[in-house]
Amino acid sequence: MKVSTPTRLTLRVVALGYLVVLLLVPVVLILWRTFEPGVGAFLDSVRTPAAISALNLSLLIVAIVVPLNVVFGVGTALALVRGRFRGRGVLQAVVDLPFAVSPIVVGVALIMLWGVGGWFGFVERSGFKVIFGLPGMVIATLFVTLPFVVREVEPVLHEIGTEQEQAAATLGASSWQTFWRITLPAIRWGLTYGVVLTVARALGEFGAVIMVSSGFPGVSQTLTLLVHSRYLDDHNTYGAYAAATLLMGLAVVTLLLMTVLDRKRSTR
Amino acid sequence: MITVSGARKSYGDFTALDDVSLEIPPGSLTALLGPSGSGKSTLLRAIAGLETLDSGRVAIAGVDVTGLPPQKRGIGFVFQHYAAFKHMTVRDNVAFGLTIRRKPKAQVRAKVDELLEIVGLEGFQHRYPSQLSGGQRQRMALARALAVDPEVLLLDEPFGALDAKVRADLRRWLRRLHDEVHVTTVLVTHDQEEALDVADRIAVLNKGGIEQVGNPVDLYDRPANDFVMSFLGSVARLGGLLVRPHDIELSRDRAAAVAADRSVPGSPGVIDAVVERVVRLGFEVRVELRAHTGERFAAQLTRAEADALALRPGDEVHARARQTQDVLEVDPALAI
Amino acid sequence: MALTHTRGSEAERSASLPDAVPEAVPDRPVAHSAVVAGLEPVAPTDAEAPSAVRTRRWTARPLGVGVVGLWLSVIVLLPLAALAATSLEGGAGGFVAAVSEPGARAALWVTVWVSAVVAVLNAVMGTLIAWVLVRDEFPGKRVVNALIDLPFALPTIVASIVLLSLYGPSSPVGIHLNATQPGLLVALAFVTLPFVVRSVQPVLLELDRDVEEAAASLGASNRTTFRRVVLPTLAPAILGGAGLAFARAIGEYGSVVLIGGNIPKKTQVASQYIQQQVETDQPVNAAAVSVVLLLIAFATLFVLRWAAGRGRAREVSS
Repeated sequence: MKVSTPTRLTLRVVALGYLVVLLLVPVVLILWRTFEPGVGAFLDSVRTPAAISALNLSLLIVAIVVPLNVVFGVGTALALVRGRFRGRGVLQAVVDLPFAVSPIVVGVALIMLWGVGGWFGFVERSGFKVIFGLPGMVIATLFVTLPFVVREVEPVLHEIGTEQEQAAATLGASSWQTFWRITLPAIRWGLTYGVVLTVARALGEFGAVIMVSSGFPGVSQTLTLLVHSRYLDDHNTYGAYAAATLLMGLAVVTLLLMTVLDRKRSTR
Repeated sequence: MITVSGARKSYGDFTALDDVSLEIPPGSLTALLGPSGSGKSTLLRAIAGLETLDSGRVAIAGVDVTGLPPQKRGIGFVFQHYAAFKHMTVRDNVAFGLTIRRKPKAQVRAKVDELLEIVGLEGFQHRYPSQLSGGQRQRMALARALAVDPEVLLLDEPFGALDAKVRADLRRWLRRLHDEVHVTTVLVTHDQEEALDVADRIAVLNKGGIEQVGNPVDLYDRPANDFVMSFLGSVARLGGLLVRPHDIELSRDRAAAVAADRSVPGSPGVIDAVVERVVRLGFEVRVELRAHTGERFAAQLTRAEADALALRPGDEVHARARQTQDVLEVDPALAI
Repeated sequence: MALTHTRGSEAERSASLPDAVPEAVPDRPVAHSAVVAGLEPVAPTDAEAPSAVRTRRWTARPLGVGVVGLWLSVIVLLPLAALAATSLEGGAGGFVAAVSEPGARAALWVTVWVSAVVAVLNAVMGTLIAWVLVRDEFPGKRVVNALIDLPFALPTIVASIVLLSLYGPSSPVGIHLNATQPGLLVALAFVTLPFVVRSVQPVLLELDRDVEEAAASLGASNRTTFRRVVLPTLAPAILGGAGLAFARAIGEYGSVVLIGGNIPKKTQVASQYIQQQVETDQPVNAAAVSVVLLLIAFATLFVLRWAAGRGRAREVSS
């Protein structure tokens, strides 16, 4: 289909124009507004005690969620690919479930389960704070990030098959040795990709976390909650811009990592 | 030495092994030959412990290994698609079994160097499998299997994924290697030429059972039955009997043919046929014929024979078998 | 560490065969099926048979299915079950009452309506962008291509702030979409941008140009070629991408929370309504509307999967 030059240019202008208005201008504008008062002002704004504590909390959640997702994600992927058991289809569907659930609904569901009046309310009543505490935020983040590692590792496991593992077994490797020396190295790029996605989502999650966090500045605010409260509660628009820029920087790093890893995965 | 006794294995309705017993003498190179689905790979994998038998026993070097996992059977296994550890260099691949056993570094290095030399991969040790050709990968896999000094070496269609030229080179190389290393070796193949070329014993499998075991010459000349005969080498059907195409003699003189035929025991008689096509295949000539009964068959002639006859399509000739394998009356002792 | 070994039963089996001692088995073939049947090879190949069946478990399985199932249940299934249970605390009548409250109905209506518009917008603009990215050449194309993923990488709350800076109260261009439905639309279009682009792009890349050229050689105009040849091929991808965008928009919260304005019956979306109900301590209302949102999302994904399956079947049979 040979498109005439005017048509092609029109299409190009419309497509790029849409992207500029929707994506580029707002992003550039916020960068400009953040750095217009100087880099010093930006640094001051992201170095307030509340901001530092928010960054620390976000990183703490990431530090808890990532290892759990790696262990259980790889385990789930192995079970899905290698296991032959009834209910495998159900397991597949459950893994995809978090993609279809609104973050707010995640939060509500967790309150219904772990809240004082919920099924697991005895935990809360025994004095261990889940909802409005760190455990609640961790569980909410686990819920929304659960599919990433599984879905990235699964196809790689399919692709490598079991022959290398069989070969290792005939050479005398125990199943533990086989896992560490053969399986894990083979899935490492898929796993890393899944971890990057998990980190990005964990840092950026807002809806599910705000529902189960008490939201006290300096105590239970993550970076995303900080952006929200600075804008809405403190009317500190500049502070919100600065914190958003910080998050955006992390997102861009994620994007770059994803591109690099994607190349690495395909040239493996 | 490997002893398999009463091995049975089925997958749902499909019987892969049906009461198979087999003894593989120490130091031999035995080929398990059979068509797809004959159970040859299942038998090999059962010896390796990669497959669990429904019943029956496997012993390696006098030790019953039926209940042991592959790790503890003292085997080396080579897979059709190499099963190279893609993230390891050639050196690390070959060293894997030794590293797992926590052997001293110097010892590992010496052993790997020795093996790389044997398989002709010295200089490739720092490459990754993806940087090797198929043949090189398979030699690496062989070195890897030999590194742990296995009691037996098991090869599952090792040359199946390679092209014809490399395949022929590699199997001759494997034969020489075996003559050097003398490890008891079992090779699974569906290629009769490969089995005849490389093995000193062949077990022919069909439908989950063993049809015949013996040395290549015996199997070719004295097949136990029609299946073995037609699976090893080509056959032609002459007057209802299976005959090797090169054992068919063509003649323009019917009386002479009948006279000569009298001295062949169990002969199918002289068959009158019409030449349909003459194909020159280098040193030999294939003559495609149609008997008056309508049966089509092919005879294999030397060039000199064909030239003397000067056959053209449409010519009338008389075919007879120079010798026959009366497969059903074969002396059992000879089939071993 | 649960290695599902089948060896226990195997040991029992061999124990029940006391005379199966490997006494020197004669080297001859065991007279089993004496009949030598046809010379054709039989169906299932050696190579296929083992993989299709349960073989010994030497493969690494650090976690048993049970542990995985338990984990998924605690993290994913139980919360959703508790949610569903709460929504039915007042019986089926209570559920219906909660969902048909004016505020709830309005919020659901706004959500579905705006999400549908966003899906259509994405179908059109996403296809157009994909087309330009695949078929057009211009400097900086790779940067633009990378930019498409930005909305996925950007936290939703940042998307909200970013859009507010341009279309909010302090807009430098004087466009104020704050607390309006177009504001919602922009926010949702932003976060769902990649869906259609990324699902159409690969299909367009693989689209056989020969077919287009064949259509042209048969005298079809560009317009006809696009409508009759290209569009039908792209349709499943466009539909799939738009469906995912719709499902995402239905539940979206972070990107609309600041720009939407949360005005009941006007710009309040379902997720904001749910949050409000939780804060005013009406858990049944919150749970009921949550369940409706979930059902809409599931129905969307189910229809997509069904349509994709049908599309595949048609392609195979033709």
